[in-house]
Amino acid sequence: MEKLVAKYVWEWPVRIVHWVNFLSILTLSVTGIYIGWAKTLAHDPSQYVMGWMRFVHFVAGYAFTISVISRICWAFVGNEYANWRTFVPWAFKDGRKNMKETFLFYVFARPRPPHAVGHNAMAGAAYLWVFLLYLVMICTGFALYAQYAPGSLLSRAFGWVYIFGSSQGLRLTHHCVMWLLLAFAIHHVYSAWLMDVKEKDGCMSSIFGGWKSVHEEE
Amino acid sequence: MDKKDNEQAAVAEERQMRKTVWEEKGISRRDFMKFCTAMSAALALPVTFAPKIARALDEVQRPTLVWLEFQDCAGNTEALLRSSSPSVAEIILDVLSLDYHETIMAAAGHQAEDALMKTVREQKGKYIAVVEGSIPLKDDGIYCCVGGKSARDLAREVCGNAFATIAVGTCAAYGGIPAAAPNPTGAVGVKDAVPGATVINLPGCPLNPDNLTATVIHFLTFGKLPATDSQGRPLFAYGKRIHDNCERRPHFDAGQYVEQWGDMAHRRGHCLYKMGCKGPETWHNCPIQRYNDKTSWPVGAGHGCVGCSEANFWDTMTPFYKRLPNVPGFGIEYTADQIGAGLAIATAAAFAGHGVISALRRNKDTEGKKEE
Repeated sequence: MEKLVAKYVWEWPVRIVHWVNFLSILTLSVTGIYIGWAKTLAHDPSQYVMGWMRFVHFVAGYAFTISVISRICWAFVGNEYANWRTFVPWAFKDGRKNMKETFLFYVFARPRPPHAVGHNAMAGAAYLWVFLLYLVMICTGFALYAQYAPGSLLSRAFGWVYIFGSSQGLRLTHHCVMWLLLAFAIHHVYSAWLMDVKEKDGCMSSIFGGWKSVHEEE
Repeated sequence: MDKKDNEQAAVAEERQMRKTVWEEKGISRRDFMKFCTAMSAALALPVTFAPKIARALDEVQRPTLVWLEFQDCAGNTEALLRSSSPSVAEIILDVLSLDYHETIMAAAGHQAEDALMKTVREQKGKYIAVVEGSIPLKDDGIYCCVGGKSARDLAREVCGNAFATIAVGTCAAYGGIPAAAPNPTGAVGVKDAVPGATVINLPGCPLNPDNLTATVIHFLTFGKLPATDSQGRPLFAYGKRIHDNCERRPHFDAGQYVEQWGDMAHRRGHCLYKMGCKGPETWHNCPIQRYNDKTSWPVGAGHGCVGCSEANFWDTMTPFYKRLPNVPGFGIEYTADQIGAGLAIATAAAFAGHGVISALRRNKDTEGKKEE
C-alpha cells in the first residue's frame, strides 16, 4: 500500500474565496427568498424589514462579485490546482480520461475514483458551469439593481444585459439560477464527503487548512 | 420720456391682448399663472421658469398640430378630453392650430384628408404630428388604412415631414396591445415604422394628458423638445420608477404587504408588491401627476401597476397579479420558486440515494484497497 503524505493544495486566496462565496451565497439566498417571497413581518410602517433585507442583499452581492472576480484572476496566477486548465478538463487528454473514469465511479461502474490531487475532472468541469451561473447571477442582479437609477454608471454598465430579456425575464432567471446553485451546493457537499470517505484524502478538511493527503510519489 | 411712455403703452396693449386670448376662454390670470407654475413643476424646472412659460404661452405662434389615429382605441384622445372643461390644457391645443383630428374634427372624407395633405405640403418641417395607435407593417400594411392609404404610408409622409412627432400611448410608442404575441398585423411603434423621424415617446395606457401638455409647453417655451432617455421618453415624466415615488413605498420598505384582495392590509393601504404590482419595473410619473385632473391613479385606488407604459407590457408583465412570469413548460399553477424548491429537494434525494448505495459498497471497496 502506498504511503500518504500531506500536500499543500489549496492556497489561501482559494480558501478565502470559497468561504466568502459560501457566506455570501447563504446570505443572498436567505435575503433573496424574502425579497422574492415577502412576508408581512412588520407591525408598523416605521419598521424597515424589507429595507434591511435589500440592503444586506446588495452588500452581500458586492462581496460575492468581488470574490468571484478575485477567483477568476487567481485562475491565472495561482498554483496548478487553481489554474483555469483544471476547469476545462475535456480540452486535455488526461482530463478526458479522468472525466470518464470519475463518471464511471459515480454511476457505480468502477469501485474507486481515479486519483486527483486538486479537483477531480468532473468537479472541475462542474465548477466552470457554476462560475457561469455566478456570472449570470451577478449580471442579472446588478442589471435589476440599477433600475433604481436609470442613466447612472451602474445602469450603463449593465444595460446590455437587457438584450437577453425583459426586466421580468431577468427577474425570473435570477430566481431560477438561485435554485440551481442551491441544488449544486447539496451536490457539492455530498461529493466532497464521498471523496473524503472513499479516497481518505482529507478533502473535507482541506478547504479549511489547505492540506490534502496524497500519494507519496506526487 | 416719450420712449418710456411708448413702452408703457405697449405693455398695456400686450396685457389687453393676453386678456383676449385667455380670459375670453374663462381662464383668470391667476388660474393661468397657477397652471404655468404647475407645468414648470411637471417639467422638473425651478419655479422661476413659470413666468417664462407664461410669456411663451402669451406669445404663442400657433404651430400647427395634426393628430393621426391608427390601430388604437382612441383612449389617449379620451384621456385628453376628460380634462375638466375648459382646462388650460385643452386650450393649449386650441391655441395650437389643431388642423386634423379624426375623433373631434368637423371635416370628413376627402375634405379632411385634403386638409391633412395641405398641412404636410405647406408647413413642411414646421408642424407637430401626434400619433395615437400602432402601425401594422405585415402584408404591406393593409390591416390599417385611412382614406385608401395604409397607416405606414401615411405615417411616413406625415411624420417624415414634421418638425417632430409625439407618439402618444404605448401603441404608438412601442406597438402596444396590437403588437402583443402573436402580433397578427405586424404592429410596431412610430419610431420603427418611420425610422428617420424625430419621435418623442409618451407611452402609457392611456398616456397622461398632463405629460403631453408639458411636452408641448416645453417646445413652445424653449423651441425644442425636452431631454429624453434611450427610449425617446422625456426624462421629466419617465425618469423615475413608479416604485420610487409611490405613496405605498414606506409599507414596502417596512415589510407590510397585501396578501389577498380586500384583506386588512389592503384596506389599510399597504404595499401591493405581492399582488403582482409592476411598479418596481415601470418608469412613469403616475404617482405624482395622477390621472383625471389628478384625482387618482391605479396604485392609489388599490390596484397594482400593470406596467402599461413599458414596451411589450402585455407579453412581459403578465400575469398581472403575480410577482413573476410563469416558467415556460410548467403549468400556470407553479411558481418559479416552487419548481426551484422541488429541484433542490430532488437533488438532495438523489444524492441521499447515491450515498446509501456508496455506503453499501464500502466493504467491497475496502477489501479492494487492501489487495493493492
